[in-house]
Amino acid sequence: MTQAATVDARPTRRASRITPVSIFLWGLRIAALAVILYGSYLSISSGRLTASQWRDLLVFGVSTGSVYSLIALGYTMVYGVLRFINFAHGEVFMIGAMMAFYVANALATTSLWVDNPIVSLLIVLVTAMVTSTAVAVTIERIAYRPLRGAPRLIPLITSIGASFTIQYLVRGLVGPSTKAFPRMEPLRGTFEFGGFVILRSQVVVIVAALVMMLLLYLFVEKTRTGKSMRAVSEDAETAALMGIDVDRTIVKVFAVGGAMAGVAGALWGLVFPSLNFFSGFLPGIKAFTSAVLGGIGNIVGAMLGGVSLGIFESVGPSLVLAGYEIPAFSQLKDVVAYSALVLVLIFRPTGILGERLAQERG
Amino acid sequence: MKTKRGLKLLALLAVLTLVIAACGGGEGGEDTTTTAGTDEPTTTAGGDEPTTTAGGGTTMPAGDLGVVEVAAGEAIKIGSLQSISGDTASLGTDQVRATEIAIADKGEILGHPIELAFNEDDTCGAEGGQAGATRIIADPQVVAVIGTSCSGAGVPASNVVTSAGRVLVSGSNTSPVLTSDLAGNEGPEHHPGYFRTAHNDAIQGAAAAKFVFEELGLTQVATINDGDPYTQGLTSAFEFSFTELGGTVVLPTAVTADQTDMRPVLTEVAAAGAELIFFPIFQPAGDFLAEQALEVAGLEDVVLMGADGLLSDTYVVLPQTENMYFSGPQTPTGDAYDEFVGKYEAEYGEAPIQSFHAHSYDATNMVFAAIEAVATDDGGTLTIDLQALRDELHAMTWEGLTGTLSCDEYGDCAAPNIDILQNTADTADIAAVRGNVLATYSAEDLGF
Repeated sequence: MTQAATVDARPTRRASRITPVSIFLWGLRIAALAVILYGSYLSISSGRLTASQWRDLLVFGVSTGSVYSLIALGYTMVYGVLRFINFAHGEVFMIGAMMAFYVANALATTSLWVDNPIVSLLIVLVTAMVTSTAVAVTIERIAYRPLRGAPRLIPLITSIGASFTIQYLVRGLVGPSTKAFPRMEPLRGTFEFGGFVILRSQVVVIVAALVMMLLLYLFVEKTRTGKSMRAVSEDAETAALMGIDVDRTIVKVFAVGGAMAGVAGALWGLVFPSLNFFSGFLPGIKAFTSAVLGGIGNIVGAMLGGVSLGIFESVGPSLVLAGYEIPAFSQLKDVVAYSALVLVLIFRPTGILGERLAQERG
Repeated sequence: MKTKRGLKLLALLAVLTLVIAACGGGEGGEDTTTTAGTDEPTTTAGGDEPTTTAGGGTTMPAGDLGVVEVAAGEAIKIGSLQSISGDTASLGTDQVRATEIAIADKGEILGHPIELAFNEDDTCGAEGGQAGATRIIADPQVVAVIGTSCSGAGVPASNVVTSAGRVLVSGSNTSPVLTSDLAGNEGPEHHPGYFRTAHNDAIQGAAAAKFVFEELGLTQVATINDGDPYTQGLTSAFEFSFTELGGTVVLPTAVTADQTDMRPVLTEVAAAGAELIFFPIFQPAGDFLAEQALEVAGLEDVVLMGADGLLSDTYVVLPQTENMYFSGPQTPTGDAYDEFVGKYEAEYGEAPIQSFHAHSYDATNMVFAAIEAVATDDGGTLTIDLQALRDELHAMTWEGLTGTLSCDEYGDCAAPNIDILQNTADTADIAAVRGNVLATYSAEDLGF
C-alpha cells in the first residue's frame, strides 16, 4: 500500500461507496426507526400508562439490567483476554445465586437476619462472591487452560459442555425443585424521593451493581493487575515479553468475572426470589447479548449494554408493540430484547461503544 | 471444468432425490399390526384410506387397528407417561403412584398379571410428550398408555399413541383442544383413542368465572397464561364465560413460562384497572407473579386466582400465595377414596401431593375393565382387539372414586365438579387448602 495509491483512490471512494447493499441497509435502518417511533407515539399518546408507570417500567428495566451488566462483565473480560465466549459463565452466576439461597436460608433462622439486615446481606453477598470466584477459577483451570492456543472454536464448544455439566451437577446436588429465597423485611416496601416511588429491593440492586461496576472500573484502570489485564487483552505475546505472567493474569480475569457474577447471583435472589438449577441459562444468554450490544471486549460497553437491554426488555413491549395493538405483547419481551440487539448491530456493527481491542490477529 | 460440472449435476440429483422423497409416498394410515409370536400380520392397515372429519381428527375403519396377543404366563403391559421431573414433578409422580396402586389392587386380568412396562417423563411439554410416547409404543405389546400429565405434552402424545392403535387415557389433561369444547365442536388436537377422566377446562373456566362474578362480585378481570395449551385453553374458557355473565376482561395477556420479571406485565395490568388476576399457570412463573403483584403500584388490593396447575404443596406454602383463590377438581369423598388414601400413605409415606391421583386411579381401572370385557381367551393366550377396546371405553360406564365415568364421542369421560378453594393463613399445607372449599360447581350448574 503506497501513499500514491491512497491519494489516487480518495476522489473515487465516495462514489463507489453507494452500493445496493448500503442502500438496502440504510432503508432497513430508516424502516426500523420509523416502526419504533410510530409505535412509541401510538403507545404514549393513547395514555394507557401514566407517567409514573412509565417511570416504574424504566426502573424495573434498570434494575434487571444492572444484574445483566454484572454478569456481562465476566463475558466481556474473558473475551478481551482469551478471545472466546465463556458460555459457562451463566452457570457461575447460578451457583452464586444458589449459595446465596442456602446462606440466606440459614441466616433467616437466626436473629441476625432481623436485627442487622445489612450485615446479613453482606454475608450473603460475600459468600456468593467467594463461591462463584472459586467455580470460575476451577473451570478455567480444568476446561480452558489445557486448550490455550487451540483454534477459538474449541474452547467455545468446551464452554457449552461445561455449562451443561455444571447445570446437571447442581441438579444432582440440590434437586430439580424451585428454591424460594427467604423474605427480608427491611427490603419490602418503597423509597420515596422527589415524587418517585421505587421499590427498596430494586434500589439496593441498582446501588450495589453501580458500586461494584465502579470498583471494577477503578481496578482495571488504576491498579497494576488491571494494567496487566489490559496489556494481555491487547497483545498477550508482547505482554509476556514485558514480564507479565499471562497465566496468572488470566486466572485473575476469571476470578474477577466470577466475583461479579457472584454478586449478580445474590442480587438476583433479592429481586427474583425463586431459583432452580436452570435459572442461569436465560440470564447468561441475556448477559452475553448485553456484552455484544455494548461492544464485546469493552468493560464500560458491558455495563451500558446490560442496562440498555434491561430497559429494552422492560419498556419495549409496552412502548413499541402495544401501540400496534398486538395481543399479549408482554409475552414478546424476549423478542424485543433480541431484536434490539439486531437493530443496534445494524446501526453500529461493533456494538454501542465499539470493539476497543487492538488489531485482530488471525 | 469437467469435475465442476460433474459436482453440479450430482448436487442437482441429490436435491431432486430429497424433494421426491419428501413429497411422494406420504399416506395417512400407518401399519398398526401388533401381533406377538407370529410372523404374518393378521390384519392389514393402510389399505383403507382414513376418512377425515371436520375439525382435524381422523377415523380409522373398524377392526383395522390390529390386536395384541398376550401368551399364557405373560403380563399385560401398560405404559405411563407423566411429568415426573422438574417443577411439575408433583403432578406426575402423584399419578404414577395412583397407577401403581391400581395395578396392585387389580392383581391380574383373566389370569394374566399386569406390568407397568414404561414409566416415561413427559417433561410437561411437547418434546417430552412426543419422545416418551414414541418410546412406549415402540413396544408392540403395550396395550394402553396412562398419561400425560400436562396438556402440552398430551397434544403430540395423543397423536403418536392413537396413530399406533393404542389408547391414551389421561387423569389430568384438561385442555379443550384435546377433546372438544363441550358444545359439539371437535377440538383441533382430538384423535380417536384419546380419553380422559379429568374435567374439561371449558367447565373449569366457567366455574371460575361464575365464582368471580357472582360470589366475589368483581367485574374487571385480567387473565395471564403462558402459551401452553392448558393455560391458554383455560384462560379462553374463563374469558368466554366471564364475558357472557356480563363482566369485562380488561387485559387478556401472557407471559413466557421461564419469565422472572413480571413487573412490566403487572404494570400493564394495573394500568388496565383489573380487580382480579386469573393466572392458571405453573411454577415458578406463578411464584414470581404472586410475589411481584403485591409490590406493583396500583395492584395493592388486587385479588389473585390460580388453578389446578398451582395446587401443589410447594406453592401454597409460599407466603405470597396467602389469600389466593384456586379452582380445581373436586377432591373425592367416600369410603373408597379414604381407603385409597390409606394405601397411598402406607406405600409412599405421605398424603397425596397433587389433585389428580384419584382421576388416574380411575383411568387405570377403566382401562383394566375394558380389557377384561373385550379380551378373548384361547387356551391361556389372550387376544385384545384394539378397536374393540376403544369402542368398549366409549360404551362402558364406570363407577370410580371421582364419580360415574362415561366417555362421550370425543373422549371426555368425567362428570366433573369444580371446587373453588382458598389458601388462608390457617391452611398450612395442600391437604388443608383442598379442604377449604368455598364453592362447588357441577356441569349442570354451569349449563353444560
